[in-house]
Amino acid sequence: MSKLIRMDHTGHSTLAEWTAEDRQAVARAERAFREELERGYLGMVSTGPGHAEQVRELPIDSDLVILRLPISGG
Amino acid sequence: MAALPQPLAAVDVLPEAAAVHWRPRVDERHLRRVGALWTLTTIAHVIPFTLAAAGLMALQPLALPVALACLAHAWVIPELYAQRGANVLRPRRRGGEQPERRSVGLLGDLVGHHARELHARTGLVLEPGELGVWLVGEAGALLLPVCGRKAYCYCVKVDGRHDDAAGLPSGDRIAHLLLALRADERGFATVANLSFVGARWRLRRRMRRELRPALDAAARQG
Repeated sequence: MSKLIRMDHTGHSTLAEWTAEDRQAVARAERAFREELERGYLGMVSTGPGHAEQVRELPIDSDLVILRLPISGG
Repeated sequence: MAALPQPLAAVDVLPEAAAVHWRPRVDERHLRRVGALWTLTTIAHVIPFTLAAAGLMALQPLALPVALACLAHAWVIPELYAQRGANVLRPRRRGGEQPERRSVGLLGDLVGHHARELHARTGLVLEPGELGVWLVGEAGALLLPVCGRKAYCYCVKVDGRHDDAAGLPSGDRIAHLLLALRADERGFATVANLSFVGARWRLRRRMRRELRPALDAAARQG
């Protein structure tokens, strides 16, 4: 089961869960992913120890997709 | 024929870097140059005050109080810079217990056992990178480059202009920075504001006691 989670004030929220075979769940997850991107979140997936990648489309095969906010110099 | 879609539509460069397009992208050469500049600046602060103190004492021993004031300046100015560097790793105010626990749990899933254990003790996450070893805090990060004995302190945090940025628990604040760092280390260092470069021993002295084991662990790994 893959998960789309957003890091927020609750610690994190699970926005969608899907399996690649479940077309409806995938569509729901893609919609949730797009909505969060429009709100300014950035999609991230881990690509191995110490490596992550930003994604602009929901990677269906990833186990975990994390939404983060942009960063800036303090 | 239509182009095949990329499976992940991945982005290589940190998008936040576009907001600081005038900054040169950080690399090893840039770090060396900036490090040398900070060393020169420190020398420019310390040497004149020290020479002035020595000169005053040579000319007029009764000027001892003024000479001591000069020496104090020579000592205090680098210490203030180091304090500014140490402040980037200072823990911020905690939120509710439940969000804190959830955020730390997610952060723990992103890092290995040793980093998790170090975070539990110090509140900082150790992350090896190509430029060196990083210590990531809630509102800043520290880089110990592969070569040299300097520490680079960066002030960087979740962009406060976003509505959801307020009230993030500590683990999430770190996880945001960690994911950005992992996605594009050089871009991360470019976006972040450099607040101090200097000797590790000087920085260590200004760090909170409970954070020092993290610096020691990073130095051992570097």
